[in-house]
Amino acid sequence: MKRFTLAGLVVTISLAAALSVAAKPVTYELPEDKTAFKPGPNLDIVQGNCGACHSADYIAIQPRGPKFGKDFWKAEVVKMIKVYGAPIKEADVDPIADYLATNY
Amino acid sequence: MINRRTVLQGSAAAMTALAPLKALANTVTLPIGNGERPLVKYPQKREMIGLTSRPPQLETPFAVFNENVITPNDAFFVRYHLAGIPTEIDPDTFTVEVKGKVSKPLKLKMADLRKMASIEIVAVNQCSGNSRGFFDPRVAGGQSGNGAMGNARWRGVPLKAVLDMAGVQAGAKQVAFNGLDGPVLDKTPDFEKALDLDHARDGEVMLAYQMNGKDLPFLNGFPLRLVVPGWYGTYWVKHLNEITVLDHDLDSFWMKTAYRIPDTDNASIEPGTAPKSTVPINRFNIRSFITSVADGAKVKTGETVLKGIAFDGGTGIKDVAVSTDDGKTWAPAKLGTDLGKYSFREWTLPVTLAAGAHVLKVRATSNGGKTQPEKPTWNPAGYMRNVIEAVHVTAA
Repeated sequence: MKRFTLAGLVVTISLAAALSVAAKPVTYELPEDKTAFKPGPNLDIVQGNCGACHSADYIAIQPRGPKFGKDFWKAEVVKMIKVYGAPIKEADVDPIADYLATNY
Repeated sequence: MINRRTVLQGSAAAMTALAPLKALANTVTLPIGNGERPLVKYPQKREMIGLTSRPPQLETPFAVFNENVITPNDAFFVRYHLAGIPTEIDPDTFTVEVKGKVSKPLKLKMADLRKMASIEIVAVNQCSGNSRGFFDPRVAGGQSGNGAMGNARWRGVPLKAVLDMAGVQAGAKQVAFNGLDGPVLDKTPDFEKALDLDHARDGEVMLAYQMNGKDLPFLNGFPLRLVVPGWYGTYWVKHLNEITVLDHDLDSFWMKTAYRIPDTDNASIEPGTAPKSTVPINRFNIRSFITSVADGAKVKTGETVLKGIAFDGGTGIKDVAVSTDDGKTWAPAKLGTDLGKYSFREWTLPVTLAAGAHVLKVRATSNGGKTQPEKPTWNPAGYMRNVIEAVHVTAA
């Protein structure tokens, strides 16, 4: 397949494209995040910490089952602190992991 | 915090607003545990499978791949890592900076790029974690079905031309790419990626401003994104505004820690184990899909024309074989129009199905001599699934 266009044609296309560009800022209105964390003990800690950077569905879509209990969730919380710099207090790590293991 | 990423303020009246439409209540269920997903409607997008809301991750409904070998802009998947995404961009003042180990640092506007000689490449973009939801044992991460991929006609300027204009200095090793999207917290590593200099200057890696003949959709990187044909989407940096030539390998979390694969054949290790050594994810492996019938579908007894797609990391598709008896026997499919070695390649095959249950399979072979494995591969991040896919149908 011929991928490289002839130079003359390119100039024509480029000018046409340049003229068609809107001379205005383009805004994008993201739909409101309607996902919610499930009710349960320590919900306030979870909302304040996890919800600062991502929506609740990040948690809700994760796999379920015996391998995805408290150890799995605690490792995720520690990853958020160590890798992504989440300012989660050490005292909040276990309550968050407990909440996640119970509800998801 | 998100506003610090916003580019140039303008009066509200002068803006071209892309406002959200009403959320839809419908859901789809992917054939994996905990696989129910909402169908969502975003500006510039048709109804998509909603994976996450903030930052947005949207998956293409699989039926789209049967409609056209080119994935429409409004159905193309969306994947962001960090929630600090731009919500206002002025394409007239947007600039991409070229800096670092160059003789002449540049600040290029879109008009400057559009004046340069352009190229066009049809290429698949695929998320590293496309199909992660099918990993067994399951792994953490975005639980995608097979819709975190798409095939588009990209137009833009070769990165090589821009680097040549800036004059890459001796001792340069990598080129790093950063976009307007970034973290919510200052301590979260910004999303920055790099390519080796030779790759960056191969003439095909592109600064793309058009997708299928139109401006890039906002969530696909408007107004400019990197296109790295044959390589996973993680390198296709969106809203690209910084290109930095380095005399060392980029020391970024997103290169050194994340997006790494086992340094083994087809990035696979014993399920449930940890890799001994890793390398940055790079080129796609070969995949193929049946698009004309879905898993669990009922079809009419007799002749059915099966249709699908195949692609690899850039050698092109040599042949596609189809089985209607769970892989015992295979028949060659007819390949469709060749849109280039980085594109989806369509295939078709008429088959005759007797009444009863059938397991349909498709297997592609590349010009590079690679084919798909019979058993699924596994790695802890859930990358690069390319097993021979099976579709269960009942003829009646």
